[in-house]
Formats: sequence, structure tokens, C-alpha cells
Amino acid sequence: MQASVSSLSISHPNSTFPSNISLCGLRQEALRIHSVSQLNKRESRRIRIVSRKSCLQKRLVSVSASASENCGPPKSFDYDLVIIGAGVGGHGAALHAVEKGLKTAIVEGDVVGGTCVNRGCVPSKALLAVSGRMRELQNEHHMKALGLQVAAAGYDRQAVADHANNLASKIRNNLTNSMRSLGVDILTGFGTILGPQKVKYGKVGFPNNVITAKDIIIATGSVPFVPRGIEVDGKTVITSDHALKLEVVPDWIAIVGSGYIGLEFSDVYTALGSEVTFIEALDLLMPGFDPEIGKLAQRVLINPRKIDYHTGVFATKITPAKDGKPVIIELTDAKTKEPKDTLEVDAALIATGRAPFTKGLGLENINVETQRGFVPVDERMRVIDANGNLVPHLYCIGDANGKMMLAHAASAQGISVVEQVTGRDHVLNHLSIPAACFTHPEISMVGLTEPQAKEKAEKEGFEISIAKTSFKANTKALAENEGEGLAKLIYRPDSGEILGVHIFGMHAADLIHEASNAIALGTRVQDIKFAVHAHPTLSEVLDELFKSAKINASVTEPVGEPVAV
Amino acid sequence: MSHLLQTTFVPATSPSLRRPLTRTTHYPTRALHIQSKIREIFMPALSSTMTEGKIVSWIKSEGEKLSKGDSVVVVESDKADMDVESFYDGYLAAIMVDEGLSAPVGAPIALLAESEEEIAAALAQISSSSSAAPAPDPAPAPAPATAPDSSTSNDGPGAITGVSSASVSENFSSRSSVANGAMGSSVHPASEGGKRVVASPYAKKLAKEFGLDLRGLVGSGPNGRVVAKDVEAAVAAAAAAKVSASGAALASEITKPSGGGTAVDLGSVVPFTTMQNAVSRNMVESLSVPTFRVGYTITTDALDALYKKIKSKGVTMTAMLAKATALALVKHPIVNSSCRDGKSFTHNSNINIAVAVAIDGGLITPVLQDADKIDIYSLSRKWKELVDKARAKQLQPHEYNTGTFTLSNLGMFGVDRFDAILPPGTGAIMAVGASQPTLVGTKDGRIGLKNQMQVNVTADHRVIYGADLAAFLQTLAKIIEDPKDLTL
Repeated sequence: MQASVSSLSISHPNSTFPSNISLCGLRQEALRIHSVSQLNKRESRRIRIVSRKSCLQKRLVSVSASASENCGPPKSFDYDLVIIGAGVGGHGAALHAVEKGLKTAIVEGDVVGGTCVNRGCVPSKALLAVSGRMRELQNEHHMKALGLQVAAAGYDRQAVADHANNLASKIRNNLTNSMRSLGVDILTGFGTILGPQKVKYGKVGFPNNVITAKDIIIATGSVPFVPRGIEVDGKTVITSDHALKLEVVPDWIAIVGSGYIGLEFSDVYTALGSEVTFIEALDLLMPGFDPEIGKLAQRVLINPRKIDYHTGVFATKITPAKDGKPVIIELTDAKTKEPKDTLEVDAALIATGRAPFTKGLGLENINVETQRGFVPVDERMRVIDANGNLVPHLYCIGDANGKMMLAHAASAQGISVVEQVTGRDHVLNHLSIPAACFTHPEISMVGLTEPQAKEKAEKEGFEISIAKTSFKANTKALAENEGEGLAKLIYRPDSGEILGVHIFGMHAADLIHEASNAIALGTRVQDIKFAVHAHPTLSEVLDELFKSAKINASVTEPVGEPVAV
Repeated sequence: MSHLLQTTFVPATSPSLRRPLTRTTHYPTRALHIQSKIREIFMPALSSTMTEGKIVSWIKSEGEKLSKGDSVVVVESDKADMDVESFYDGYLAAIMVDEGLSAPVGAPIALLAESEEEIAAALAQISSSSSAAPAPDPAPAPAPATAPDSSTSNDGPGAITGVSSASVSENFSSRSSVANGAMGSSVHPASEGGKRVVASPYAKKLAKEFGLDLRGLVGSGPNGRVVAKDVEAAVAAAAAAKVSASGAALASEITKPSGGGTAVDLGSVVPFTTMQNAVSRNMVESLSVPTFRVGYTITTDALDALYKKIKSKGVTMTAMLAKATALALVKHPIVNSSCRDGKSFTHNSNINIAVAVAIDGGLITPVLQDADKIDIYSLSRKWKELVDKARAKQLQPHEYNTGTFTLSNLGMFGVDRFDAILPPGTGAIMAVGASQPTLVGTKDGRIGLKNQMQVNVTADHRVIYGADLAAFLQTLAKIIEDPKDLTL
């Protein structure tokens, strides 16, 4: 982590997405049962290869089929693939590597599951599940409209905290077991790259082990980013790591940063009775979202709640509470750099994004220089060294490369890398990766925002169109009395290409996948509008959305031959 | 404000004060008061819950010509962004609220001049009003040039400096009044001029809704922080405090300023808000009505028993009292009459019972129309609907200003008797106390325990005489003591 990291929004230069995003759609958390036959097949192949090549290495364990195609002197490695970091990205890569028949090891210096499972998306979902219910039970008007009578709703803080903690350990065990049962070696200790295809790992005070691998994936993730001047004591000035333990519910908490993390925590804290003050460096709250969605979200998630905000200011100094004094936050105007205000609050949550965790990786051993802590990679996640050359057999996925700081993006990148090292070229389309914010109601998006699409359209000389539908017109949403919401489609009227979809409303996070899959598979609007949705479901919001898009008549030829069944 | 609580009456003569929606309908009227051909463009109420709007962008710039129907400005409400059109042809003379800033509903946001020559006059008007408005001296500013809702603009920090208690604009029904310091400002009050106020987000939100100035408020939270309950307490205290003086100059509904008195509060001068003004005006006006009071003690055992029986069918005590009153009024139409000009009186054709309801520290009087004709169950349903609407600030004017007889019940607070001030334009108001178990000597010489309540009617003696009230009360007592007619 470098001191020069810009103070509020860390984003990779190539990234089209705001990177202060830390959500995750955990892939394959459940146990994967692979057939014994598959494992046997792998074993037998390995043995066959070994016998054919009759390698001479001392610590021969395996040679993969592709390794045998290497030019130069025959080499053999301890592993086909070593992944440094057992977060969601590393886990996704490991599972896919096993499926592809690679002998895989994963190095983890902390706990399996990484940020997402232990200090991120997973425990936060537990808290948000509580906050969603609290919100519902406290909404007398809403309850009454449904004909329900509920006595005053209350909560037990410790029990809520335990729920989050239990969920995290459950998912962590699932992850560990799924890798163990598939034969992934889990190596404990901090991993360091010693040189090409060589990794050292070990705990402090213990002798180091050195292993070799044909390919190495760096998946070390990120840590909460704390700007200079902010003193985190873990009690009154905290990061998401501490907040998820829910050790206190302060009366008044300032949240620095109004991205996904800040927004989700504001949902939790206000539902549990806190009042919240947002501090945002940019002029608008929720800067990463499509502006229209952001505005609507602000009307629903911020304005009616016990939340106020300061925009266009930096929190230049935050002093934790001590000696009976509250937490003191000094605000500085983001433009004039002049002191603007001082806040006295009970607690401050620093949600200014996440910084890559790449220190001690030994990148200097292979002549790689990080950019603001991020490991530079190309579109195939191959690491680029200081001279701009690709480092062979070294890849970096997830938050550590900063392309898109989402758990499921890391996992997808890992799978993409495994595809490449097993001989199939693969480039991940980041524009098809959905993102979601689990507030009540939820926000989700995939692809470009309207301004991004406009910019692209201008540059490349095409037209864009916007279609919108409201949750108010959806039967299921109205049945739930949750008509507040909007879905928005940005598309090319000439070709029917879907450029972006943004949803704000009930279960938006679950609804986005129809759109993200369509983008990933290249499905066009005129094709997907014929897909059938069960009635009455929330998915009809997207059905309506696609149907309301107007595609120029000239391109609306049928998708393919209809198949009679 | 104790007048307000006692009379439990919101002046019917200025319904426009209550809801932003109706207030907007008054603009054309108000515009007629303007002598010059300079019109104001007001912050419109784009939704029923909108209390203030933010200027997203000005579509037209200063000096530009406008035609009727042109979009002039984009306003962001609590619900949506909307284009606001001009109702007149003319020139956009001056923009008073810049892009990105907010203004309360009904506040002027720009001036429209009829001809190019008048742009200069408009600019002059803006400078004079902005200098006059924040002045602590309540000299009447040119009436239409000032915000109808917020008594001072934010341009003069320190103009209002409540020291020990806060200034409250009593616009409770709409909760639309904006803190004196909030107009045209995106800066939160904590940091503003001089003394810093530390207030929690919800406290600030509440203060804004109630139009309360946080400066000078003593906080009870950690480190003296102002928290929500401090604001609620201040609003309640301000509502209870006796405001004796009549209004300062402001409300544009008032064609002539009603005196220059101001409420003095530990050295600071706080001009009346529009609502306070209107209340004050009505209270002073009520002094010109020769009223008298007649009290009566009514046994409620039978009524209580009936209530217990039909409560499960959704019948409320308020509806029962209103129904009983209406039935008594049928027999005594004179008590349902009103004298407006001092020379004649009107026998009202309908019996519309207005019932005072306290909401959000204020009150409003939803009206049960034709209470004599509607059965008790429908009446109860209607009442619930009205209360819900009142809480949601969605009462239509005819639902709160068509009362012919007012009921005010403070029984739920344990008040056993009080008297009410007669709302101008009506003939009588009845103050209802709590029903309490009372030792009663009966005619046959026994002592028994009965539930009794005291009622006290204030009436206009120009049309209603003592005997009228006495007879009315006797009838009412009979109905309540033998309430079988209520369920007919």
C-alpha cells in the first residue's frame, strides 16, 4: 500500500468501474462432489506422463500435459498451479483448476475465505438480513397496509453479531472442505514469490518451504483503505473489518465514503437505531452508480432515513473518542482545501474503498512494480513487469489487480486464467460482470452507466437508447407492497446490443443476472424479449424492460430457426 | 400558542396556510397584489409531500425572454425532477435561488418582468426585499416580495438568534415550513455563523420539518449534543408557550399588516411565521365576538357500556361524541348557526362536526360532515380515514374548514374541565373533559359511583342565548345518558 493512494476513490486506470466496491457473489460455496472416476483419471494420466518423460527432478510430484510441451530442458514442478491467497478468487480458480485436472495448491496466510467470507460480503449479508427485517417490522404504515399488527420490534445486538459470525465460519468451513475434498493442498503461511515459478511460504518463526509451480496466480486481495490523518482504534473509529463484528451500535456514526460499503452499513445502522452522517469527497452521494439510479436511491435510502450528509469534503483528520471526548472529525473542502467544519460523533466508519494487499509478495524478485499497490496485468490477467513485458507463468486476479474489486469478478478472472493455462485462450468480458448493493431495496447493475455509454457512443459514433420500467407496474412487487423501484436498460437501437442494465428495487441483486447473462452471451434485446417469464414474478420487470426497447426495424430478423418439439 | 391548543382550531379563513398544495393555488391571487408588472416565480409543490425543492438547473438565464408554457427551471422534489413552466410571458429578470440550492415550497425563486425595461425594477425589488427581510425590526417588507413561509432569508446569519428557546414556525399540518436558516442554503446549520451547533442527523431533520432554529437549543445528548427528543421538546414547549402578541408583518395573505408587536424571548426578536400570524389574527378577531360559557356534567356509564359493546366493530369514542352532539344539534338548530357580519346570522344547512386532532405537536380540525345523518359505523370509519389523512398531510380543504360546530376533547390527558375560544365564523365550540368515576348522591338519597364528564360550551351570544345552550346541553346529556339512538 502506498501513501500516494488518492484519498477517497481508488480505481485502476483501466477500470470502467469504481473500484471501491467490495461485494461478492460467492461462487460454489457448497461442497462440490467430484466423481472418483474423474480423480482417478487425473492420477492415471499423471503417472503416464511421468513415466514417459522419466524426469529427473528430486521432488517430482507431477507434470501436467501442457508442461510437457514446454520447450527447453524438461522441467517438472511440485504443482501445476499455485494460488497465493484463499479468498473467493483463489477458491474459484482452485476449483476450476481441479476440474481441469491440474494439481493445485493454495497458500493462505490468514483464514480461508479471505475478505469476502470473513470480513466482507458474507457477514454483511447477515447484518443486512437483520436490518431488512427490522425495517419491515418498524414500518408501521407498510405493515398496516398488509393488514399485519406487530408489537414494537427490538433486537439483541450480541445475537445479531453472532448470526454474522456464525454465517462467516459456516461458509469458511464449506470453502475449506470443498477444496480439501477435491484434493487441493492448503498450505498455511504467507506466500512470497522468489523467482519465476518459485514460491516460498511459511509462518513467522518457522522455517520456510519452497515450492515450484508451472503457473502462479496472485490472489492476495485487499484491505480496507484508510486515508492519511485518520486514526483507526477499532472501537470508535473503525473499518468494515470491525463494523461487521457489531460490537456496538452507536447513537450517531459518521460514515466516510458513500459507495457500496458505506451505503450498506448505513442501511444496517439506521435499521438498528443509529443516526448516520455521510462524508463524501465527491459532489454527489453514491458516485459509482448510474446518476439516475443514484438519485432515486438517495430519495429512498437516504432522505427519508435518519441520515444527513456532507458532500465535496474530505475527512482530513479523525481522532478516536477518548477521555470522555467524542470522535472528532475535521472536514476540509475538497476543492478549496480549506477547513470547512468539525463534527463530533460517537463513532466513525471508514468506508473509503479498499487498498490492494500486495506487500511482501516478493514482486521485486521478478521485476514487477505495483501501481499504487495494484499489480499491473493485461486483459488476460498476465502480470506485466517494470519494463512493460509479460512475466511468464504469473497471473494476478481479484482486488490485487484492481480491475474490478468484486469477489465474483476475482473468481471469474481466476477461471479465465485456468482456462488459459490449460490451453484455451480466454478473455473475460468485465462488462458482463454484475454488481449489487444489498440495501433495502437493493441496487444492481451490469455494463455501462448512462454517462459511460454516452461517452462511448460519441467516441465510436453510434446511437444509444434508454428504456425504463417501474416496479409499480409489477404485480408481484405490488403484492409485496414494494412498488418503489426502477429498471433501466441502455442499448443500441441499431443492433439491439445491451450496453448496461441498472435496477433499483426489491431483489434487484437477484434480478440482474438475466441481463448480465445476456451481455456475457451476446444476446440482443430483440432476441431476449421473446424469452418467457413466470407470472407473477419480479423478473417480469426485466421482461417489460426488454419489451419496451425499440430496435430499428431493419435489424429485427429472427434469431434462429424455431425448433419444433 | 396555548390559544391554539385551547381553541383547538386552525383558522378556516386561511386554509391555504395548511397545505403546500393549496397554497400554490393562491399564487395568482397574490400576484394580483403586485403593483408593478413584476411577477415572482415560486417554488412549486410538485407532490403532496414536497416541502422544499432543489433547483437542478435553470433552463433560461437572466434576461432571457419567456413565453407562457416555456420550461424555465428544473426542480428536484422528494419524488422526481420536473420542468417548471412559466404561466406568463415576459423576461426572466432575476434568479433568486441558484442552481444546486434549495428553497421551501412557495418561496420565490426568480422574478419575471413583463417587459425588458422592468428588469431593472425587478432587480431593485430583489435588493430591497433581501435587505428588508432579514432585518430584526419587523417593518413590513413589501408583502409579495417576501417568502410566504420562511420569515427571513438565510442571507442574514445572526438575524435570528434564539438564546434560550427556539423559534418555531407553527406550520404543523404541512410540516412544510423550513428552518429560518435553511432557505436557499445547502449548508447545514451546525456550522453556520458564530456559535456552532452539534445536532444529530435526525434532530436536524426534525428541526427542519418543524421549522425550528437549532441555534440556542440546549442539547441533552452526549457532550451537549442536540438530539431528536430535544427538538421534539422544544417544539412542544414552543407550542405551549403563550404567544401574546399579534403578528409581525409577513403573511402575504394578510392585506394589511396586523400590528407590529413581536414575541420577545430573552432579548431576541422573533418574527411570527405565517401560521403564527394567522392564528394570532384569529385569536384577536375572536375578541370581537361576545362569548359566554355554559357547563354541564354528564353521566357516561351508559355511553361507556355501549362503547364497550360496539368497540369491536370499529366504533371510536370520538365518533360517538360527534354523533351525540350532532343529534342534539338537530333539535337545537340555533346552536349550529353562525353570525359573520354582526347584523345577520346563518342557519347552517348541514351539521358538520369539526374535531380537533393534535398531530406532530400541532393540531388540525378534520370535519365529520353531516354527522347527524351518517350512521355511527360509517362515521367511525370516516373518522379513521380523516385522521390517517391528517397524519399524512393529505386533508383536502373541505375536510378541515367546513365545520359548523367544533368539539375539543382533552379528556385523554386527564383534563377534567377547560374552556375553548370560539373559532370566528362558527356559533359554538364544546370543550370535553375526562370521564371520571365520581361519587354521586342520587335523588332517592343513596350514594353511588358514576362515571361523569364535564362539558363546557363557548358560544356567540349575538345569536345563541343562555337558554339555547342550556336546552342543547340538556338534550345532549339525555342522548349520552341513554345512548340507544346513537346506533340507529
